[in-house]
Amino acid sequence: MSSFWSAWIIVLTLAFLVAIIWLLRWNMKNYTGIKEGELMDHEFDGIVEYNNPMPTWWTYLFWVCIVWGFLYLALYPGLGNFAGLLGWTSSNQEVLSLEESEQATAAAREAGLIVQYDREMQQAEEVFGPIFKAYAERPIKELAQDPEALKIGQRLFLQNCAQCHGSNAQGGNGFPNLTDDDWLYGGEPEDIVYSLVNGRRGQMPGWKEQFSEEQITELAVYVLSLSGRKVDPELANAGKQNYAVCAACHGQDGKGNQQIGAPNLTDNIWLYGGGSQASIEETLRNGRNGVMPAWDDILGEDKIHIISAYVYGLSQE
Amino acid sequence: MSHTSPQQMEYNLKVVRQFAVMTVVWGIIGMGLGVFIAAQLIWPELNFDTPWLTYSRLRPLHTNAVIFAFSTSALMGTSFYIVQKTCRTNLFSDKLAAFVFWSWQTVIVLAVITLPLGFTSSKEYAELEWPIDILIALSWIAYVIVFFGTLMKRNTSHIYVANWFYGGFIVTIAVLHIVNSMAIPVSFTKSYSLYAGAVDAMVQWWYGHNAVGFLLTAGFLGMMYYFVPKQAERPVYSYRLSVVHFWALISLYIWAGPHHLHYTALPDWTQSLGMVMSVILFVPSWGGMINGIMTLSGAWHKLKTDPILRFLIVSLSFYGMSTFEGPMMAIKSVNALSHYTDWTIGHVHSGALGWVAMITIGSMYYLIPRLYNQTSMYNVRWINTHFWLHTIGVVLYIVALWISGVMQGLMWRAVNAEDGTLTYSFIESVEASYPFWFIRFVGGLFIVAGMLLMAYNTFRTIRQGSPTVEYVDLPAKATKPAEQPA
Repeated sequence: MSSFWSAWIIVLTLAFLVAIIWLLRWNMKNYTGIKEGELMDHEFDGIVEYNNPMPTWWTYLFWVCIVWGFLYLALYPGLGNFAGLLGWTSSNQEVLSLEESEQATAAAREAGLIVQYDREMQQAEEVFGPIFKAYAERPIKELAQDPEALKIGQRLFLQNCAQCHGSNAQGGNGFPNLTDDDWLYGGEPEDIVYSLVNGRRGQMPGWKEQFSEEQITELAVYVLSLSGRKVDPELANAGKQNYAVCAACHGQDGKGNQQIGAPNLTDNIWLYGGGSQASIEETLRNGRNGVMPAWDDILGEDKIHIISAYVYGLSQE
Repeated sequence: MSHTSPQQMEYNLKVVRQFAVMTVVWGIIGMGLGVFIAAQLIWPELNFDTPWLTYSRLRPLHTNAVIFAFSTSALMGTSFYIVQKTCRTNLFSDKLAAFVFWSWQTVIVLAVITLPLGFTSSKEYAELEWPIDILIALSWIAYVIVFFGTLMKRNTSHIYVANWFYGGFIVTIAVLHIVNSMAIPVSFTKSYSLYAGAVDAMVQWWYGHNAVGFLLTAGFLGMMYYFVPKQAERPVYSYRLSVVHFWALISLYIWAGPHHLHYTALPDWTQSLGMVMSVILFVPSWGGMINGIMTLSGAWHKLKTDPILRFLIVSLSFYGMSTFEGPMMAIKSVNALSHYTDWTIGHVHSGALGWVAMITIGSMYYLIPRLYNQTSMYNVRWINTHFWLHTIGVVLYIVALWISGVMQGLMWRAVNAEDGTLTYSFIESVEASYPFWFIRFVGGLFIVAGMLLMAYNTFRTIRQGSPTVEYVDLPAKATKPAEQPA
């Protein structure tokens, strides 16, 4: 902030605290012209007031709090741009990007400042970093057999993944079930790591401009027939005539394409709406946007490695 | 010859009666809504899959109903009563006073309609959309004019301390409301705040905390300074203590807002200043409690027999407790544990149900019979029953939320020693909270039961009485020497 506003804050704060001290000292003296313990010379609807002194313990308490206030403002940032004698901040101030944050962290470390958030992160890294590092050096398929690794992986999963995929990892409407062996983007360890590091975007376009309501219903019925449901063969046949556009992504046989995350339509496993005809029609009409966020910046590769082992293990049981 | 036959003027008690009755009505509605949403936390099915019955829409209605309907009706009614009685004059304008009453009730009815429909500015305790905000501003400015106009034409030399507190609260709420509600309307029912980012957050909590500090604290201290000495029939303990704690309280409170934003994007210096002032604020806050409780010295025996006095004194005890708790929670390292947990909600309710509601209920039990030509409520024993229902309810409520709040804070920060991961997922802390939410719900039932008893007692009191007509003798006018006949 500019030095004008900094000075504004400093002057306002100190002047205010001095005014409070003056108020307290002024009222510790008896300026009323009436003896202490006697009634004041005014009356309001029958209410009168004693001119009693303020309780001594209470005035002491006031002094203690005010002195503490000055001390705190001397030690910690509070008075405008004055950083405080301890050089403490809760986190790097006024950073707008990850890059700026890293620069500020390095600069603060060099200057010996106490950036509380950075210190806590650093401490955690020093204690727990080697543990994750050791696991990260072992192959995922091996970790998936190690009960200790799975326990840690499960904890990380519950904190970071369960919000969407559920605490039992069975997913929900729009969020894939991770415990079956059906994979949108492939279930090999390196596929799972890739999903976690980079995130995924599943794009199903909407077709309501291209197809009539009738055609959408026919297509939905055909899609249902692919997973062996009993359907009206006439409608399914009609739908098959338009399936060519779907085949571009989902394949002629409907088995999907893991390169682009196009789901397999033949296995009776449904990401949206449990495979009801209405939900398939909705998907065809308006499309779907599935987003798996990228976790690289948040978790780092070592933790992703151990979470991947946990997720891989889920489908191996 | 005016000095030989003193003129009389009639107090305006009509508007006081209107506000007093609405205080009881809105109390039941606001607290009833609180119990309903407390039940929804345990049994979510109670929203009946109906959008306007969901927790997210009824919670702001609950807070608006208790703060702006129940509490503010009580403050407006008692301030109009006290300012007349302690200034020995009638209200500045009966028409404006009637406007204050009807416009304020309109605001509340509009809140009851628009909040469940989902119209919201999403600012806590300031959810109402811009057309209603304008009506609030108009209503409040009329309130300012009536109150200060009455003070100006007083027939007493000094202004009584109760009126300082009411005056401070009335002026500050006008400023807070107008500044925080600045918004750009995009349609008749939707607007966006004029402020952005951390500035918006700071303005919001400058408003939010001072709504607590001025409306729910300073205003009710005004109420306390009239009804406690009246009911105890004792002089106020210390005039000079009231001077210090009034000025220190109102000037410190205005700095305290940032403690709602500890460890957020708010700059460190702002957080520190908010914390320092909040901690010092503890002392003047207790000044009010000391002055109220010590007013009873020499009359402690009255607590045995007088349930109204019990309400008033226990409310001061809750006030003292929550004004100790608040500054403590404003300390960053305590806040790191308490923030976002039930502890905060418990703290607010020890203030709202312990202090605000109890001082209001006690004051209403004093005031209502006097507004209807009675010497006491229809049934004084019911007041005692109400006292115990309310006290048990408040204790169940705050103890349950202390436990669940501290438990949540500890669960959220617990880490496994082997790998630094969190010991508990969020949902586990929710699951662990259910027993305490049930106790809170039961506490709420006690409180609403007490309010229903109060409503019936009020109804019987009004039915057996008739509106009081009360006059004040005007002091003999001092005639100026120049006008005296030669």
